Amino acid sequence: MSSLNINNLSASIEGKAILDNLNLDLPAGEVHAVMGPNGSGKSTLSKVLAGHPDYEVTGGSARLEGIELLGLSPDEIARMGLFLAFQYPIEVPGISIANFIRAALQARLPEGESVKAVDYYKQLYEKMDELGMDRTFTSRSLNEGFSGGEKKRCEILQMSMLEPRYCILDETDSGLDIDALREVSLGVNRMKGPERGMLVITHYQRLLEYIVPDKVHVMWEGKVVLSGDKDLALELEQRGYDWIRNEVAA
Amino acid sequence: MSTSNQIAVDREKGNFHFETDYAYDAGVGLSEDVVKYVSGVKDEEPWLLDFRLKALAAFEGKPLPTHWASKDLENINFDQIRYYLSKGQKPSRTWEEVPDDVKNTFERLGIPEQERKFLAGVEAQFDSEAAYSRMKDDLEEKGVLFMGSTEGLKEYPEVFKKWFGKVIPTSDNKFSALNSAVFSGGSFIYVPPGVKLEQPLQAYFRINAENFGQFERTLIIADEGAEITYMEGCTAPKFETSTLHSAVVELVALKGAKIQYITVQNWSNNVFNLVTKRALAEEEAEVRWIDCNIGSRLTMKYPGVILKGRKARGEVLSIALANDGQHQDTGAKMVHAASETTSNVIAKSISIGKGRSSYRGLVEMPGRPSHCKNNTECDALLINAESETDTYPAITVRGRDNSVQHEASVSKVSAEQIFYMQQRGMSEPEAMSLCVNGFVNDLIREFPMEYSVELKRLIDLEMEGSVG
Repeated sequence: MSSLNINNLSASIEGKAILDNLNLDLPAGEVHAVMGPNGSGKSTLSKVLAGHPDYEVTGGSARLEGIELLGLSPDEIARMGLFLAFQYPIEVPGISIANFIRAALQARLPEGESVKAVDYYKQLYEKMDELGMDRTFTSRSLNEGFSGGEKKRCEILQMSMLEPRYCILDETDSGLDIDALREVSLGVNRMKGPERGMLVITHYQRLLEYIVPDKVHVMWEGKVVLSGDKDLALELEQRGYDWIRNEVAA
Repeated sequence: MSTSNQIAVDREKGNFHFETDYAYDAGVGLSEDVVKYVSGVKDEEPWLLDFRLKALAAFEGKPLPTHWASKDLENINFDQIRYYLSKGQKPSRTWEEVPDDVKNTFERLGIPEQERKFLAGVEAQFDSEAAYSRMKDDLEEKGVLFMGSTEGLKEYPEVFKKWFGKVIPTSDNKFSALNSAVFSGGSFIYVPPGVKLEQPLQAYFRINAENFGQFERTLIIADEGAEITYMEGCTAPKFETSTLHSAVVELVALKGAKIQYITVQNWSNNVFNLVTKRALAEEEAEVRWIDCNIGSRLTMKYPGVILKGRKARGEVLSIALANDGQHQDTGAKMVHAASETTSNVIAKSISIGKGRSSYRGLVEMPGRPSHCKNNTECDALLINAESETDTYPAITVRGRDNSVQHEASVSKVSAEQIFYMQQRGMSEPEAMSLCVNGFVNDLIREFPMEYSVELKRLIDLEMEGSVG
């Protein structure tokens, strides 16, 4: 069965160990949430999977459809079908959203083929309408001067245009008001499907009211210490992360 | 949708060389005899030989400007350069008549196709002399003159002599003096009053020989209310030894005239490119320099506009790209000599690897004019940790109610930007290219379409292999 398999993954940054023998399986067709307190390694997990050059993998494996991701360059990983929606999307001055997404699609085509402009804009406008984004958005520089909500919508727009096999959403709820949260979540939900796996990283249970996970994993000091169904998120919300601390200590 | 490659000059495209026999060769080194030889080959009038010999003395009397400019100038060996080389050709009016090796060169560079596609006229210079010169017949009927400097001075002295050497005096600087002593080739253009050229005229400059110096001289006169766009492109093969290109370009925009002068400089990285470009703008005239410097080892070039008449307008839009082993020392000069004159300078530079780009700007208001406006923006983008940039603005404001604005910025492509873009599937060089394109995009939008497309492609090519 197709899936993203993470086995005994350990990673560090500047010599400091962050991930410690982490295990997680995300089958295609499912939505998993990763929760955990600040500093538990949630964002590190997303960056290591995406191949960020600052992190050093010290052990383990991460396979996408059976193919090892670790050691590949970030663009190779992206083209294999792994998408990371950033917690803090980066501003790139002078590049319009339309040109950027087009260049990203172009990068996936074989040499000599090119994205057809008419089809491209048709699809882009459809997705923007779905996300409640104004058409004028396409000509704005990528993330430059965007509000928090606009940045996150722009991430979801890119995700829906690139149609990745596996999506990692890193704290997509941070910086969103309740209306933006609803729209962004709708956008994510529209992308759910039997062929696609989604990993939703969040600090709060709030997001999971909109994006309902099939499974919830709780991270603590660089590993998954507890997994369960969606009720685990609720329990966590009620009892707080101290509960996990006690569980782990026990 | 495809508009690409209308002006096909990429960095490698010029890197070829045909063995050519020269009928006229002034030999190696610079002397009075060499100057006399050049003048003799052209069968010039005595006043011109006199002009050249005075210029030679001025050149010899001036030190290299190394007190403010790059010490790399000391590496030019003036004694080992050949100052005049030609096959003795007269500029042909059809490609068929052009000598085969020269024709092959320009065909390989795509010149005939461009002419067919979108140009009003083409002149192609091979080493010292024009090999081909052709303008559309209807322009000829309107009285437009477009020819090489040799022909212009000989056939229309009454038109060209009046302005020749007036915008840029011989002893303006060491290299304008050198050019004045040994100049050959370049374009002479006159556009009669009220004539507006809808398509550009283009000149293409090709250095084919090793140890050679190309010294073309261009003079464009737009009479009252006339309009013209002129474009120049240049390439040379990559030789082991260095080559010198030192042009003088004078523009004269009479009352209400408009001149747009576009350069895409794509010399190979062994060329010293030391060029003096200046325009004179009379009342309500407009001059715009679009200057893109991508090639060469050292470029020193500061296009200027002397705003001599009321409400004249000057503009310099420039892009410089300095890669390993390159120093793009460019800028702009705006002299507001009359009231209500305006000028705008936007200069963007990109330094890659160990490349260095410098901006030198001069804004002056002699004669205490009033209600003048200058806006200068210079932005530098650094790609690697060793990349360098520096800025030297010199602004002198006199008179009243004048406004001058200077903004400068330096930015760096960050590792996080590159990671973000890679995460969307682009390779590292593709991401870099996109960042650079983003940096110059708003400026390139101001350029004519044909140039903007080509320029973007040149930048992409330059970014390849420049990362990591």
